[in-house]
Amino acid sequence: MEHLFNIFIKSIFIDNMIFAFFLGMCSFLAVSKTVKTSIGLGVAVVFVLLITTPVNFLVEHYVLKKGALAWMGASFADVDLSFLTFMVFIAVIAAIVQLVEMIIEKFSPSLYNSLGIFLPLIAVNCAILGAALFMQEREYQTLAEATVFGVGSGIGWMLAIVSIAAIREKLRYSNVPDPLKGLGITFILTGLMAIAFMGFMGIKL
Amino acid sequence: MSAMDKEPMFSAKNIKLFTAPLGKDNPITVQVLGICSALAVTVKLKPAIVMALSVTIVVAVSNVVIAAMRKYIPDRIRIIVQLVVIATMVILVDQFLKAYAFDVSKQLSVFVGLIITNCILMGRLEAFAMANKPWPSFIDGLGNGAGYGIILIVVAFFRELLGSGTLYGFPVMEKLGIYSTGYQNNGMMILPPMALIVVGLIIWFQRGRNKSLIEKK
Repeated sequence: MEHLFNIFIKSIFIDNMIFAFFLGMCSFLAVSKTVKTSIGLGVAVVFVLLITTPVNFLVEHYVLKKGALAWMGASFADVDLSFLTFMVFIAVIAAIVQLVEMIIEKFSPSLYNSLGIFLPLIAVNCAILGAALFMQEREYQTLAEATVFGVGSGIGWMLAIVSIAAIREKLRYSNVPDPLKGLGITFILTGLMAIAFMGFMGIKL
Repeated sequence: MSAMDKEPMFSAKNIKLFTAPLGKDNPITVQVLGICSALAVTVKLKPAIVMALSVTIVVAVSNVVIAAMRKYIPDRIRIIVQLVVIATMVILVDQFLKAYAFDVSKQLSVFVGLIITNCILMGRLEAFAMANKPWPSFIDGLGNGAGYGIILIVVAFFRELLGSGTLYGFPVMEKLGIYSTGYQNNGMMILPPMALIVVGLIIWFQRGRNKSLIEKK
C-alpha cells in the first residue's frame, strides 16, 4: 500500500508530466486561457489516463512483450511483438477515447457537454501516450501500480494546467512587454513554475 | 488546381512553402506545435540533431503518403488513418535508430515514440496534406521539419554550451581556457525549466524583430 502511495505522489509532484517532461504542452498552452476550460480538459485527461494506462498495461503484458503470448500455447512462447508497441498503444488510446466519448454521450449528457469538445483532442495529447510509454519503460510490475501511475500523472497534469490558467487570468492586468505577450510570457512562467516544482525533487520516496 | 499542374517543381510558391516555416510561420514559436518533444531533447546538441532529422523525415514522408491518398480517405476516420501512417513511419525511424545509433536512441527514450503525437504531424497533415498534392506537401513537410529543427538546435546549442561547456561533445570552454578565468558551468541550463525559458527568450527575440507576430489582446 505504501509503495502505491509513493508512486502516486511521485507521479504528481516529482515526475510531473508538464514540469519535468513537457508532455501535453500543445494543449497545455492552447487551452490554459481560462480556469474553467482548463479544469474541463484536466478532468478529461485524468479520466482517459485512468482507463488507458491499465488497458495498455494489460496489452503490454499479455500481447506485446517478449514471451507474453505464452498463454496461447507453447508455440507462441518466443514471439516478440514489442516493435509494434507504438502502433498498438496509439490505436488502443484512440479507440478508448472514441468509446469513452460515446458512452459519456449516452449516459451523461451533462458531463458530455462539459467534456465533449476536449475528448477528441485528447487522443493526440502526448501526455496520454507518454504515460503509456513511461509505464512500459519503468517496468511497473502490477496492474495496480500502472493504474496509480496513470491517475497520478493525470492529476499532476491537471494541477499544472489549472495553476497556469489561474496565473494567466491575473496576467491580463499586468504590463508585459509587447513581443512577450501571450506565448512568450507563458513559456517563461511555465519555466519558473517548473523551477518551483524542482523543489520536490529532494523528497525521498 | 489546374494551374498547379503546369507549375515548375521549384516555383516561387513552392520555395515559399519551404522558407515560411523557417521564420515567420515557424511551427514552434508561431504555430505553437510540437512543443512537447522539442523541450525534452535539447540538453545536448547530438540528440537534438537526431530528433530534428527524425521529425523532418517523418513529417515529409507522411505528408506525401496522406496527400497521395487524400481523395480516398473517408472524412470520419481520417484521424485514425493519419495516426496509422505516422505510427508506421515512427516505428521505422525507431527501429533504424536502435540499429545504427543505439546510445542516442537510449537518450531520446520515449520521445521517439512521442513523435506520433507530436502536434506538428497532425497539424500539417490536417491543415496541408489533406488539401494539397504530394509534391507541395513534401516541401511543406521538409520546411516544417526544418523550422522545428532550427529551434531545437538553437536551444540545444545554448543549453549545452552554457550548461556543460561542450558543443557536440567537444569541450569548447576547456579548450578556450575560460575556466582558468574563474568561469563555471551553469548547472541550471541542463535542468528542464531552462528549456522553457530559452524558448520564451527566442520568442521574445523573434517577435521583437518582427512586429507583425505580436499577439493582440
